[in-house]
Amino acid sequence: MRFYFDSWAEFFQMGGHGPYVWACFLITWAVLAYLLISPIVRQRRWLRRQAALQRRASMARTQGQAPPRQT
Amino acid sequence: MASWQWFHRLGSPRWFYEKTGGWLPWLTVIALVLLVLGTVWGLAFSPEDFKQGNSYRIIYIHVPAAFLALAGYYIMAISGAVGLIWRMKLAFMVMKSAAPIGAALTFVSLVTGAIWGKPTWGTWWAWDARITSMLILFFLYLGIMALQSAFQNREAADKASAILALVGTVNIPIIYKSVDWWYTLHQPATLKLTSAPTIHSSMLYPLLTMVVAFYVFYVVVLLLYTRNEILRRESRTGWVRELVAKEGER
Repeated sequence: MRFYFDSWAEFFQMGGHGPYVWACFLITWAVLAYLLISPIVRQRRWLRRQAALQRRASMARTQGQAPPRQT
Repeated sequence: MASWQWFHRLGSPRWFYEKTGGWLPWLTVIALVLLVLGTVWGLAFSPEDFKQGNSYRIIYIHVPAAFLALAGYYIMAISGAVGLIWRMKLAFMVMKSAAPIGAALTFVSLVTGAIWGKPTWGTWWAWDARITSMLILFFLYLGIMALQSAFQNREAADKASAILALVGTVNIPIIYKSVDWWYTLHQPATLKLTSAPTIHSSMLYPLLTMVVAFYVFYVVVLLLYTRNEILRRESRTGWVRELVAKEGER
């Protein structure tokens, strides 16, 4: 197994097909990155908001008020 | 009844959440390593196609994305059926999670197909049987996502989506057979279970690497989405409240 192209310039041009090939790989990697990162970010945000709600509810309980409604 | 125990445990969102938490880091590393390996191998180390030149390198993402677009539909429809038949909560969560992932991968296979079509067929788009049936698959995924948010009632949303997913399975054999039934523009399958692949090993190995990479990556993302859904739906249970109290501090 060896590097198929003779130079880096040829690698990027791919005999004129470069823009098509590179566009495909970039779009795919962008979509895959979004699929991987977005649920992690969403979960972290949800946990933080939920924790704040729980703290406020327990504080309200100790002060004898009705706890805020969970959504 | 011991043999059924795993089935019931599998139906427990808590058990699923705790079990998969340990697998995720490993699976993520495996998926990313395989993806990078397959991409570099396919782009730089495999020879060019004697007919299509270098544009054929799009196969290394187009085919795996299309595979997973279809496999994702099986997973969505089967978990929908399991949810309907055994009223398993977790199955509906998996079904809901599979929809946006499947839509994204179908989108990738359509877009890469269009970009591949330009230098190969001279057109971005054609109403070829394979392309049209994949477009229908994309709309089915979007339909499930729309149904999920259209209902106020969670149970109604799950049932309606599961039924749409099951009805939509008629499209799957059409997609598989489209390149044989209507021999128009799209080339026939490169990889088949029943016969030898029509591709040289120098191109086959990077392609197989990418297929495996996409499968593992799909599992990782499906787990992430499902775990998210579990927390949201079980937010009132004791174990999630405990988890929130622990994780939310960070």
